[in-house]
Amino acid sequence: MMRNPKFRYVAPTSVDEALRVLADHGPEAMPIAGGTDLIPKMKRRQFEPKVVIGLSRLRELASIDGDPASGLVVGAGVTLAELRDNATVRQAYPAVSRTMSLIANPLIQNMGTIGGNLCLDTRCNYYDQTHSWRESIDFCMKKEGKICWVAPSSPRCWAVTSTDSAPLLIAMDARVTLRSVRGDREIPAGDLFRDDGMRWLDKEPDELLTAVRLPAVNGWRATYRKLRRRGSIDFPVLGVGAWARFEGDRVAEARIVLGAVGSRPHEVPEASSALIGRPLDADSIASAAEAAYARGKPLDNTDFMMNWRKRMIREYVTRALGDLGSPIPAA
Amino acid sequence: MKAPLRVIGTSFRKTDGMAKTTGRTLFADDLVLPGMLFAKILRSTRPHARILRIDTSRAERHAGVAAVLTGQAMPIRFGILPVSQDEHALAIDRVRYVGDPVAAVAAVDEDTAEEALRLIDVEYEDLPAIMSFEDAVRLADTRIHEDSQEGNLQKVVAMQFGETDQAIAGADVAFEDLVFYEGNTHLPMEQHAAAALFDGDGKLTLWSATQTPHYVHRALAKVLELRPSCVRVIATPNGGGFGGKSDPFSHEIVVSKLSMLTGRPVKITLTREEVFYCHRGRHPVTMWVRSGFTKEGRIAGLRFRTYLDGGAHGSYGVASTYYTGALQTVTYKVPAYTFEGARAFTNKPPCGPKRGHGTPQPRFALEIHMDKAAEKLGIDPIEIRRRNLVESNSVTANWLRIGSCGLAACMDAVEKGSNWKERHGKLPRGHGLGFAVSSYLSGAGLPIYWNDMPHSAVQLKLDRSGLVTAFCGAIDIGQGSDSVLAGIIAEILGIDPIRDIRLVMADTDLTPVDLGSYSSRVTLMMGNAAIQAAERAREQMLGPVSKKLGIPRERLIFAEGRVFDAEDPSKGCTFAEAVQIAEAAAGSIGSMGSYVPPRSPGRYKGAGVGPSPAYSFSACVVEAKVDPKTGWIEIPKVWIGHDIGRSINEMLVIGQVEGGVYMGLGEALMEEQTFRRNVHKIPSMLDYKSPTTLDMPEVVTYLIEDPDPNGPFGAKEAGQGPLLPVVPAVANAVYNAVGVRIDELPITPERVLKGLDLVAKGKPGRIGPVAVPKVDFPPPLRVRTPWEGGDGTAVKGETQVYRGQPS
Repeated sequence: MMRNPKFRYVAPTSVDEALRVLADHGPEAMPIAGGTDLIPKMKRRQFEPKVVIGLSRLRELASIDGDPASGLVVGAGVTLAELRDNATVRQAYPAVSRTMSLIANPLIQNMGTIGGNLCLDTRCNYYDQTHSWRESIDFCMKKEGKICWVAPSSPRCWAVTSTDSAPLLIAMDARVTLRSVRGDREIPAGDLFRDDGMRWLDKEPDELLTAVRLPAVNGWRATYRKLRRRGSIDFPVLGVGAWARFEGDRVAEARIVLGAVGSRPHEVPEASSALIGRPLDADSIASAAEAAYARGKPLDNTDFMMNWRKRMIREYVTRALGDLGSPIPAA
Repeated sequence: MKAPLRVIGTSFRKTDGMAKTTGRTLFADDLVLPGMLFAKILRSTRPHARILRIDTSRAERHAGVAAVLTGQAMPIRFGILPVSQDEHALAIDRVRYVGDPVAAVAAVDEDTAEEALRLIDVEYEDLPAIMSFEDAVRLADTRIHEDSQEGNLQKVVAMQFGETDQAIAGADVAFEDLVFYEGNTHLPMEQHAAAALFDGDGKLTLWSATQTPHYVHRALAKVLELRPSCVRVIATPNGGGFGGKSDPFSHEIVVSKLSMLTGRPVKITLTREEVFYCHRGRHPVTMWVRSGFTKEGRIAGLRFRTYLDGGAHGSYGVASTYYTGALQTVTYKVPAYTFEGARAFTNKPPCGPKRGHGTPQPRFALEIHMDKAAEKLGIDPIEIRRRNLVESNSVTANWLRIGSCGLAACMDAVEKGSNWKERHGKLPRGHGLGFAVSSYLSGAGLPIYWNDMPHSAVQLKLDRSGLVTAFCGAIDIGQGSDSVLAGIIAEILGIDPIRDIRLVMADTDLTPVDLGSYSSRVTLMMGNAAIQAAERAREQMLGPVSKKLGIPRERLIFAEGRVFDAEDPSKGCTFAEAVQIAEAAAGSIGSMGSYVPPRSPGRYKGAGVGPSPAYSFSACVVEAKVDPKTGWIEIPKVWIGHDIGRSINEMLVIGQVEGGVYMGLGEALMEEQTFRRNVHKIPSMLDYKSPTTLDMPEVVTYLIEDPDPNGPFGAKEAGQGPLLPVVPAVANAVYNAVGVRIDELPITPERVLKGLDLVAKGKPGRIGPVAVPKVDFPPPLRVRTPWEGGDGTAVKGETQVYRGQPS
């Protein structure tokens, strides 16, 4: 079987203590919540932290507070299954509940956390391989190597954002809290991500993502559509988060965010513009889908062929916007 | 006197069902022996290279390392087939694929062994990497093996039965197809694992997750230069095999040698990635088919060419090559048939036998081809198959003897079940039905190495407690062969298959030889041996019991744990008392049974591949829903009819059929053993896509019971055949749904959408290969068909001249 490298495990009992440990160890330390991303990657030697900081004892990260009228605050340590099943979330934020049910499978939803899913390492089928496999292609720039095999002349890494929660949360304008011994900051969820497969999070090594703030519910609608090979388990090869607020029968505000077709989830303002001031009908949806299609640039480093994935952007944006005009199915 | 069947045909509990479902079955990786060391294998990171130097000194000095092993210590070559002994336990001077075993370490724990692997320095000199059949032909001078037939072509065969070209030329309709079947792998849940102990008496014991302990026994003795009588192989319960554990493997020899060097037990469990490198899975095969039909839809003649991409070793490949041409004639009456096949070596993990071994690929091509013929001739796809249906008790053009054949009933069942007549071609666009049939062997007629000995044997020891201990070399790989054995013995001796029978299986020291769990042979061959053993044991009891109880022997019935009078069931004794009576009268009770398959009428070179004591038959209807906007394929339902002869255990048969449907759907829709940058692209269970249980559609199984005289109680195979029709039925259903012909696997949404684009542009919506590799086949071996008055031998006076490849 595959074995973990040796590491020191620290289990702080408060967030403050966790932040101090993170600050003390700098980039050598990595926090672990559900471990569903970290552990396999440690076994494949993609991550080799000297210190692993366990977050499971931090009760402060495990609660869902607030109410839909003013917004919910979801602790980063809340599991995907808890968020999926929470009665308030199911009733007031059905798209959030449903999106959680689309992540991996129920076993991983039981272990994985919302904070962990947002921070999920970018993925690439030249990178998500064992050490000896990567050695056989002389590694890649994301770990131990020099070039990006997806685009060998590129100076940057093109690993793919694969979080399912981010496209929806960004579209909803959720905010995330980052804490460190240096202070706390709350930023829009979209600002957490960078367009760089190697440094995909705008988060310092001493910062801990502690909470996600869902916006107040006041008539907007949101959805997430996911494309993957098998409905039973897989990572997305395309995700579409969509959000809209209506005034009368017209779209007043909208956001469309594409996941899994670049290194960061990216909002497509051209697609939103195509909707604003118009009814959500076949014409406006087609213009928005076309705008999103033009912006999506998947590369050949996930399951499925990239040209087909690109074509699917049009179809999946159309479906997502169709959701906004009809009742969102429960999880 | 025979009572009605009480066990056979029922769904009695699996003998290992409780242990498996409660997690108590001990697999090879569960074994722990005192002082045990753990082994790890260093594998090549180069697809094709000379090894210039291996320096193990740093690894040897690493604390906790007990031994480091390289190929020099085991220079004798091995391989499953006598004709292709082309593997070394560890590479000596050359590596042939990324993942090829190069060196091994035994250490106090896995972590230490892993650390030590990284301290082994290997210096390579790269050679050109040959990653496809076309590369193998193009780079013929860069030979992967010196003993291949020509360049990198390991094997080239050509055979002709009847005047095929004339028959096709004279037909009303003639056409051809090019089809590609992608390679894929077995994906058993359990990774390969083995533990070895070379004991103080100089005897070696190997516990291994293997389907073929007998062949592993032979390979160990050969490579390790031990007397076969000093080597014991115990096959542990397999967590799935599907053909992937049918070869002797490097890691089995390595742990044995490491135990010999250290005097301590040594265990290895492969990682999932290493299992992908062991492979021996489905060959990627490009195929060319040409046929002629009469306007009534009858096949006049058929030609088949297959090009197998074999990977780095022979494995079963010579047999696989012949199998791509063998069974086309078993479902349809083909008056004249020509087959040409070639297998190339490439720098990829070796291909071998996966469920269906060499026959799913040509079956895929043939069933697509039949569907196209039906359309050209304006005949319903099921009807055209009916018009060509093989007859039971007949001999095919290539001299295979068909016994029972329940294919017509299989076809009727799925036609009716799927409501074919009302629905086929009448569903809305995007929604279709596809049909296909197939046949498979119930065990190969010949063993892997030439000999006249039994293929399977069962020994019984009857205890005065009433316990019957059965000894047999067969290994249950999850398919339930242990339960088949217990069920047959229980039926004949009238006892309970779980409570009253102890099975001692697959231990070369203790059990008589069974050749292994491959070629769907165990139920038929072990079953016949078990019947003989059990009847002989009963025979030993009849006389003494008859005498003691004063009941004529012909009136004695063995049933329900008793031996009693058929005319007055209250008169009798318990089975245990019957054993005691017999033991008192005649001494200890034990018996042996064995089985040798009947000889096949084929006598030409190559006639050894294809014959079987009995052929199973399957027919399948697949329903497909295809989204014309995305190409996405959903399979809501599958109907499958399988001619099982007779079920020994109905539930197990249905399990095998459903498992075959699962695996067929995976191969049809998503599985791909593909390579990029000379390395396996996706060697993990997450990235190598295969359907999970949650992705399975509803499967309706119809078991057709047409008992075969050669099968135990009439039983035929179920483990492999039901996979075969599923794959082409998916292709035919997709065509029926959206009018797109996908002539290559897997049938993905990308390919369907590309086909729909072609249709939209007014072009034929066909996606598939456009050329075959360049191979100059020799003039075929000519064999007269039975209806030409042939005798099963090749036509004399014609020698096979191999012209070699075009330069």
